[in-house]
Amino acid sequence: MKRALLFLPLVLAAVIGVVLFWGLGNDPTKLESARIDDPFPAFNLPSLQDPAKFLSQQDVKGKVSLVNVWATWCPSCRVEHPYLLKIAKQYQVPVIGLNYKDDRDAAKEWLIKLKDPYLFNIFDEKGKLGLDLGVYGAPETYIVDKKGVVRYRHVGVVDDTVWKSILEPKVNQYAQER
Amino acid sequence: MKKLTTTLFMLVSLLLGAAVSAEEGEDTIVFNTDEQRSQYQRLTEELRCPKCQNQNIADSNAPIAKDLRNEVHRLILEGDNEEQIVDFMVERYGNFVVYKPKFDASTYLLWLGPAAIALLGLVIVIISARKKREALTDSGSTLSNEEKSQLSNILSEDEK
Repeated sequence: MKRALLFLPLVLAAVIGVVLFWGLGNDPTKLESARIDDPFPAFNLPSLQDPAKFLSQQDVKGKVSLVNVWATWCPSCRVEHPYLLKIAKQYQVPVIGLNYKDDRDAAKEWLIKLKDPYLFNIFDEKGKLGLDLGVYGAPETYIVDKKGVVRYRHVGVVDDTVWKSILEPKVNQYAQER
Repeated sequence: MKKLTTTLFMLVSLLLGAAVSAEEGEDTIVFNTDEQRSQYQRLTEELRCPKCQNQNIADSNAPIAKDLRNEVHRLILEGDNEEQIVDFMVERYGNFVVYKPKFDASTYLLWLGPAAIALLGLVIVIISARKKREALTDSGSTLSNEEKSQLSNILSEDEK
């Protein structure tokens, strides 16, 4: 028994080793969102297409939806765009756009040229909502549940693999909640 | 030759441009008091830029760092103290934005871990040292009578 105690440092070192080794595999550029399981931040911002129409927290409730942070200055957003069209059309998941620190005219033109996958677009010109949400780049995609609670964040491009292996199972899971 | 002068000219104007834009930066930020300005400097050095791994928001040129500097500035003018501003950032960007995270349920291991491991090591060293000493002092009495006579025989043989 007492002899076993001598192995404790070895066991401890092994445990620390495993934890640190696991840490090596993590991508340090992908931060955990501090907002997970918090309600979507309150906001009052105009719609991208209709400056007179104001949108709020209430508009991101009711159905499990994706909130996609995008901008015309973001090259990866262009890569991602066709896939968002596919999700909106083929899977019937509402995709809400958060047009982040962008130029209104350029953004509107982009949607005409590349087609519009979004249910509606929040025009976050100053990036204030982005900041409240903890956005640190684009594209980012959040899953918001029926109650308007942020449940998941994906940083980077949403493509077939990401949708099939991560986002779709989660969307389906949250859709079944009451 | 003409090409060279054009390149040189472009290089010089580029450098000048950079110098001018650098000057436009921090000095144009308006504060009411010197205390607020030094608060701003401390906070922007303490807060870590979420986008750029290991730069504080004062040093980083990333757009997000600029936004966070603006928020710090706004919050200072609104009269928030440093703790409130750090909390504001942590609420949005998590513990990643602070180099020294707060002591709470999710960080106690980080804060106490090294001390706990050192303490455990010390305890083990003390225990094993004590055991060794006990083993040494006990050894005399563990010999049976037969062994003792054997030992004295061997020792007396040596003396011959």
